[in-house]
Amino acid sequence: MKRTLFAAAGLVLVLAFVLASMMFRERRAAELGTLAEEQDSVFVRPHSPTLGDEDARVVLVEFTDPACETCAAFSPLVKQLMERHPGKIRFVLRYAPFHHGADEVARILEAAREQDRFWETLDLLYRSQGSWTRHHQVVLDEVWRVLAYGGLDLERLREDLADPRLGEIVAQDLADAATLGVRKTPGFFVDGRPLEPFGAEPLIELVEAAVRAHYPE
Amino acid sequence: MMSEAIQRSPGAEQGRSETLEPEWLLLFGAWGVAAVGTAGSLFFSEVMGLPPCILCWYQRICLFPLVVILARALFPFDSGVVRYALPVAALGWLIAAYHNLVYLGVVPESLQPCSRGVSCSEELVEWLGFLSIPLLSLLGFTLITVLLIAVSRSSSR
Repeated sequence: MKRTLFAAAGLVLVLAFVLASMMFRERRAAELGTLAEEQDSVFVRPHSPTLGDEDARVVLVEFTDPACETCAAFSPLVKQLMERHPGKIRFVLRYAPFHHGADEVARILEAAREQDRFWETLDLLYRSQGSWTRHHQVVLDEVWRVLAYGGLDLERLREDLADPRLGEIVAQDLADAATLGVRKTPGFFVDGRPLEPFGAEPLIELVEAAVRAHYPE
Repeated sequence: MMSEAIQRSPGAEQGRSETLEPEWLLLFGAWGVAAVGTAGSLFFSEVMGLPPCILCWYQRICLFPLVVILARALFPFDSGVVRYALPVAALGWLIAAYHNLVYLGVVPESLQPCSRGVSCSEELVEWLGFLSIPLLSLLGFTLITVLLIAVSRSSSR
């Protein structure tokens, strides 16, 4: 009788925990999903660089660190997903420069945006990442050496970097990353749903499921 | 001590597992409070993603082991557990009381030991307008302490 009572209480408690967790996650996902669709939220700020159709129903958000190896490795996969579903995915890029010195690289990217060479510069930096990072630290001189190949007006880039607005954008992104619990990069969200567990296959599954849900055959 | 408990209980002859002595039920209640508190605490941190502040961590250190220790003392019943569990529960109660003072602003900001990281006075949850996490913790430790004292009274009678 005692053992039954004890076991029953333990079981009820564990079941209640699991049920409450599931309910909470569902509710949270629904809330975040609505937020992801808005134009100004923790997921998407008016300043955020975006790729793809404005009306695309699937919103893929990535918190990235230009100096993060895994972010660079995921970049081709994101492109493949966008190409596989043209017009259906809107890709939003946010900064989470956790590596030492990476916040300056994020500001450089913002400055490159003024010259309409944001995505090209990001691509260049991702591909040459090994040459401008040492022991997970950014070597700024090497970054500038790489930038010389990016078809940028470097003189103008340096001038634009003085704009304090660039730092504010990075700070806002970092604040949003903290709000959303992004502590590692890349931090992916599909329609506000965080990528869990982390990995290339889970990301493909999450995106494909979202496309199926938003664009039924 | 266990055999005394069995002799006192009227249904002891029918097998000890069939009777629910009051002191066993009291200890079971204390375990239940500790278990619910542990589950709730883990729900706040792991499911809701609320980071525990430093005072929360000290209270968790006092709360989590009680789930195991009190459960062990239920099978077979060992009222001696009060000697070990009560100081832990009392310590948890003291930290919880202090946490409430910090939370309510009674203890000034400069004296609070958690200026870095998560603030101990930050309001994360407030149910029914007054039930905060520190208050839930204080209620839990109060219940466990009272129940443990009742176990000790009941079995030394």
